[in-house]
Amino acid sequence: MMKPARKKRLILISLMLLGASVATGFALKSFNENLMYFFSTTDVVEGKAPKNALFRLGGMVIKGSVERPDDGMMVRFKLTDFSKEVTVEYTGILPDLFREGQGIVAHGKLNNQSVFIAEEVLAKHDENYMPPEVKASLKNKPTQGSGQ
Amino acid sequence: MFLVPDLVVRFFHRMASPPHFYAFTERLMPWLVTIFILFTVSGLYGGLYLAPADYQQGDSYRIIYIHVPSAWMSLFIYIVMALAGAIGLIWRIKLAEIVAISSAPIGASFTFIALFTGSLWGKPMWGTWWVWDARLTSELILLFLYLGVIALYGAIDDKRVASKAVAILALVGVVNIPVIHYSVEWWNTLHQGPTVTKMDKPSIHISMLIPLLLMALSFKFYYLIALIQRTRLELLNRERNAQWVKTMVLERK
Repeated sequence: MMKPARKKRLILISLMLLGASVATGFALKSFNENLMYFFSTTDVVEGKAPKNALFRLGGMVIKGSVERPDDGMMVRFKLTDFSKEVTVEYTGILPDLFREGQGIVAHGKLNNQSVFIAEEVLAKHDENYMPPEVKASLKNKPTQGSGQ
Repeated sequence: MFLVPDLVVRFFHRMASPPHFYAFTERLMPWLVTIFILFTVSGLYGGLYLAPADYQQGDSYRIIYIHVPSAWMSLFIYIVMALAGAIGLIWRIKLAEIVAISSAPIGASFTFIALFTGSLWGKPMWGTWWVWDARLTSELILLFLYLGVIALYGAIDDKRVASKAVAILALVGVVNIPVIHYSVEWWNTLHQGPTVTKMDKPSIHISMLIPLLLMALSFKFYYLIALIQRTRLELLNRERNAQWVKTMVLERK
């Protein structure tokens, strides 16, 4: 059996670990909102996103929604979280992975028409890795919404 | 003690004795190096040459063969370090203390490699070198925890006392490990979700997965080799006045 002194140290260390975990748990819970890197499109439509302030908006670029209205650098597209949609406008260079059906995170603010004016657009890569041939064969089957 | 077979207990008791550990690891080393080379060569060949390009990222994704195993090692080594620290605290085993502190620089290096390669990949893929999302931030905290452990150990002259202080710091820092792992599921992050460790089947093609797992094994063996070398050195340093070290040095002359 364990000697009493060792047992005491084991219990002390377990209590210390338990205390640290509980404290961290509470801290993370209270900062939960701040730890979210971006708001979803549903948050924006329901008015949970900040007004007149910069924030990040994440979602999937809806297929067929990307347009360049004035043939310039300005791009307009719609983002969705498969429930609500938000229109985004961005002027600048898009990252390599930006494409329709891909998840992105935009940084900017809402204007009065509830259009999100982005200052920065980041592509959010999904967790799928496959060769192009596999992707091509998947396309023939009914596709599943991969989302973010 | 009661769940562990007697043979295993005796093996660990023998290992905890510095002269036995020193002699045993010396015989083990060539085998470890051979296995490490085999895994590394096959993993790199498979990952950089045999595996196909990704449907979206092309060849850029191949950084996962360094990035992902490094990130896994950064978590794994931290857990080993904290466990060894706890064993050192409870049972006062000198070898456990040394394993804990010897793990810290290796873990810090893997954490740095994971952050650095991630950043290199992030620029072309995401469009930014760095974001303060939950995954990247918690991994950066892990690097600071490692550096804190190294600095604290260096700041205290009495190495037995230093080991205790370091073990407590490492143990408190353990709460960060599940935060890093689950950050991509608990919060919205720019970093993608888990690919390999998902409960259902991994969302990576098998031809890309096998080299990744080989590289993960290769990194595990690298850690074992580096850990043993560091531990032997620290052991000699601490036990330089012990009889077994003197005898060994005389025998080798």
